[in-house]
Amino acid sequence: MKAIISIELYKIFRRPRTYIAFGAIAALIMVIQLGLKMDGHSYASFLMKDINDTLTVDGKVLNGYLICYILLQLLLVHVPLLVALIAADMISGEANLGTLRLLFTTPYSRTQLVMGKFIAASIYTIVLLIWLAFLALFVSMWIFGTDDLFLLKSNYVVLIQEKDVLWRYVGAFVFASFALLTVTSLGFLMSSIANNSIGPIVGTMSAIVFFTILSTLNIPLFAAIKPYLFTTHMNNWKEFFDIKVNENNEAIYGTILNVAKIKTSIIVLTLHIILFVTASVIITKRKDILS
Amino acid sequence: MKKIIKYSIAFLLVIICNTVHAQVDPLIEKVSQKLALVNDYVAEGIMKTDVSFIKASLGKVKVYFKKPNLLKVKKEGGISLLPKGGVSVTINSLLNTKQYIALPAGTQEYKGKTLRVIKLVPTDEKLDWVISTLWIDPSDALVYKTFTTTKENGSYEITMEYGEFANLGLPSKIIFAFNTKDYKLPNGITLEFGDEDAAAKQKALKNKKGTIEITYRNYVINKGVPNNMF
Repeated sequence: MKAIISIELYKIFRRPRTYIAFGAIAALIMVIQLGLKMDGHSYASFLMKDINDTLTVDGKVLNGYLICYILLQLLLVHVPLLVALIAADMISGEANLGTLRLLFTTPYSRTQLVMGKFIAASIYTIVLLIWLAFLALFVSMWIFGTDDLFLLKSNYVVLIQEKDVLWRYVGAFVFASFALLTVTSLGFLMSSIANNSIGPIVGTMSAIVFFTILSTLNIPLFAAIKPYLFTTHMNNWKEFFDIKVNENNEAIYGTILNVAKIKTSIIVLTLHIILFVTASVIITKRKDILS
Repeated sequence: MKKIIKYSIAFLLVIICNTVHAQVDPLIEKVSQKLALVNDYVAEGIMKTDVSFIKASLGKVKVYFKKPNLLKVKKEGGISLLPKGGVSVTINSLLNTKQYIALPAGTQEYKGKTLRVIKLVPTDEKLDWVISTLWIDPSDALVYKTFTTTKENGSYEITMEYGEFANLGLPSKIIFAFNTKDYKLPNGITLEFGDEDAAAKQKALKNKKGTIEITYRNYVINKGVPNNMF
């Protein structure tokens, strides 16, 4: 299995397409960081218009932790599309090139080959997420410094102490890995069905866009199916940044408001991963190689 | 005609005498004398922010004061939230300026004490506050409550509790209560699309009053505070 994973990783990281995602993430993050560094105070003033009517906020609001949160809000919706570029090409790409037939003649079983490819695609996804975390969190901390995290939500404000923030980001990135691995497994499933690269990539992207729209629309008709859509749960990394309050309305250090929601989301995402990968293995095992 | 002029002058003198009498209310003077013992202080404290739309934990603060009315609350690291303009409207800033007219407004029961109510009206138009009501215990010349209306930042109610430093008129606990405006950011800005729990979470916040509470733990009095602290 190690050999299959090594070979698949070699194939992934040898392709120039792989680095599009790394380059796109770096470019997007740097542009946003530059914009906020140059004119972040105008942005912060705009966000805090309602707060400033009542209160004086003293401290470094626009710090690395807040910048990272803003970046994750913007990017974690789009990174799945970049993941699809690689994951949806893992099997169909081989079929398209005609190398799948050759691959399946090796002593390894189809299940081993499929699992090897999935693990390699998952490693790529995790590396991409680490790259995102490095740029969004650590580079932002370096550029903007650190302070308490002052989060402006739609209906309320959460002020999290500086020393209570970092573990939440660790949790959020671990959660995001489940979300992105779900996309990887979906792309992988699409890839096992098709015999060309474009179809599964576009198909995976379309599915993500379609389900994301369903998840975000507050229409009662879709309310029943929303809890079962993986896109509904992908955004729940934000729950790590909501804090419990006691009867005196004091935020309780080190708490998460809705732990059950995070657990449920991880379970739903994991079930999706298992379902998609199992389906990929079954489809590939039964696949008639015609290319 | 001369009689009318004489009576008018006499009437004006009576009004002026009454006004002067109101300005030098002995209880206010007593409070001022007590506060005058403190030229400056640095106090450590614990600050609690209780605003319905804010979830914040307790924070350590340092409060710097210097005569006549310089006051600064600084959180030890981190972001602090203070009522806009409200913290600076303290008893010291009200009384140390000496630019007010004091008008007695009877007595009121407050936490088992019979307090004298005195209204202050500023004589200097440049001052930020419009009117202030003080609830003072005549037995110890301590102000237990103030209600101040400012020109630009609304009204503030400040209640005080006293402990070790009551002889200097310095409170052990101070609570600023203020009016809060509605807070709402569009989902398009916060990117919280499809978050149906937001309203429920808002309701889950316990207390709807806007208060900032500072419990003082330690005062360092008359040891000097540099001007750059303010």
